[in-house]
Amino acid sequence: MPVDRLLPTADAHDLIDLTREICDDRLRPVVDDAEAQARFPREIFDLLGRSGLLTLAYPEDIGGGGQDYEVYLQVLEEIASAWMSVAVGVSVHSLTCNPVVAFGTAAQRDRLLPSMLGGATLGAYCLSEPTAGSDVAGISTRAIRDGEEYRLRGTKAWISHAGHADFYTVFARTSDDGGRGLSCFHVPADAPGLVFAAPERKMGLDSDTVGQVIFEDVRVPADDRIGAEGQGMGIALSALDAGRLGIAAAATGLAQAALDVAVRYANEREQFGRRIGEFQGLAFLLADMEAAVASARATYLHAARLKDAGRSVGRQASVAKLVCTDAAMRVTTDAVQVLGGAGYTKDFPVERYMREAKVTQIFEGTNQIQRLVISRDLLRG
Amino acid sequence: MNIVVCVKHVPDAQSDRTFDAADNTTEREAVDGLLSELDEYAVEEALKIKEAAGDDTTVTILTMGPAKAADAVKKSLQMGADAGVHVSDDALAGSDSIATSLVLAKAVEKIGGVDLVLTGMASTDGTMSVVPAMLAERLGLPQVTFASELTLDGSTVTIRRDGDVATEVVRASLPAVVSVTDQINEPRYPSFKGIMAAKKKPVQTFSLADLGVDASEVGLDAAWTKVTQITQRPPRQQGLVVTDDGNGGAVLAQFLTMQKFV
Repeated sequence: MPVDRLLPTADAHDLIDLTREICDDRLRPVVDDAEAQARFPREIFDLLGRSGLLTLAYPEDIGGGGQDYEVYLQVLEEIASAWMSVAVGVSVHSLTCNPVVAFGTAAQRDRLLPSMLGGATLGAYCLSEPTAGSDVAGISTRAIRDGEEYRLRGTKAWISHAGHADFYTVFARTSDDGGRGLSCFHVPADAPGLVFAAPERKMGLDSDTVGQVIFEDVRVPADDRIGAEGQGMGIALSALDAGRLGIAAAATGLAQAALDVAVRYANEREQFGRRIGEFQGLAFLLADMEAAVASARATYLHAARLKDAGRSVGRQASVAKLVCTDAAMRVTTDAVQVLGGAGYTKDFPVERYMREAKVTQIFEGTNQIQRLVISRDLLRG
Repeated sequence: MNIVVCVKHVPDAQSDRTFDAADNTTEREAVDGLLSELDEYAVEEALKIKEAAGDDTTVTILTMGPAKAADAVKKSLQMGADAGVHVSDDALAGSDSIATSLVLAKAVEKIGGVDLVLTGMASTDGTMSVVPAMLAERLGLPQVTFASELTLDGSTVTIRRDGDVATEVVRASLPAVVSVTDQINEPRYPSFKGIMAAKKKPVQTFSLADLGVDASEVGLDAAWTKVTQITQRPPRQQGLVVTDDGNGGAVLAQFLTMQKFV
């Protein structure tokens, strides 16, 4: 059963219908094989780009879809219920466009945004480093000014789309002044000196290729620095809420997918002459899973509506990220339990969902960091 | 140039399709419907012609059907067509191919100035494949059917038709009626921008009176044939089970030969 969604406009309903059609026709038939082979599905991103689903939350006049977060995130949830790696990729691409949209000069916006927001290109977001994860101010990648250019040196880690992206949104150090010493750069994939390490061998989300991106004296024109020198930290922080909400929505879609499989199985599988769903022990497990999914959805949608209304949303975005990803972990784990031995095999998708759910508690700010954000905001009063 | 694409709104093959017990017609109200998949190829081909021409080529979508059939027009407009014409009239219920071709022909004439009429190779519900030929006959235009490739050259259209034993290349003068197969292209999905743009595109609704068609010429009562009885296909029998007593290979070969698989 498709999720019954309250949407603000008729356009949004059509958008959800289009998303479901594309998910049913083009994502669901290939996801199992692609994930098993750890294949990056570039053609899916091209299709989503052509269909206008890659940059829904950006204004129409610069090439986006002009949709509220309330709508964009529900589209993302639908995509995640079909293919989590793709939903994560859409969220990542959306993040990579933010610096130019929010901090680019008029000339940079004219030059870069048509392809970034038009769906023709895919981005990667280079913030984390081997020794600077949650601690963004610890970034050590250098951008050394050299006339009208910068030379970038250092190693970025955990980069989604590494080696597949068309451009890299990179944060690097232009001075030693801690968090105030970072700057943001737009680097095309064909820049000489851009080197990609072998992809990480991960627990899941295998089609989301993740790896180190190494900058060996990559020359970047000063024109491709986004924002002022030293503004990098502010630029990175400005998109944190959006990224967290994206992962919250995607995790909710993943949980929904697991619940759907579990319900179908409980209605078919018979033991002791009855469908296993008729045993209260399992039925109540399903009820708790539904309660977790529904409350996760309500939580991220509340944050989205606050954001759409222009309210400060930092705490609620962290609450949504925490609640939705913990729900995804619990619901996917329980889905494996409902399917029993079958759930533990690769013949059913729930073991993959469970592996995929784990990373949602880690990336885009670990859930410990979310608790830090929430508690600090509470205590500040 | 002016292209008209005839499309049909059909019951979704994914849902439970049923017949109306009262008159043995296809149940259309209670089930989800959609633009017939085979018609998407005709819409796509028209859009490709329009894009290649780059001039003021217009693509008009024509459908006949109940109120819900407007969804087939809407989907085509979302894909990129320019305008829609929806022929809807209670008297049309139960119309056969002959009546359908009459109504579509009158509508094409009313649209006027048409250079090319495109259709799918069949509907996915009736699967008769005869409406394109009938439509061409009624319009007095060349009928060029089952195109798996289409080229326009000034005042002619050339198609490739892949048959079982031969491939034909057929040329006709414009205006013409061309039906296309599912081999001709890969239909696009609407883009979100296309969905929003479609809301502003004009859709005209015609009644039978608008087209000058008498109600007695259409509908179930005017149909040349009637479905008198419907019996559900019996469930499939279990296949042949062969216990291999050492001669399994021979029995298998014999079975495949009997079924003309080898």
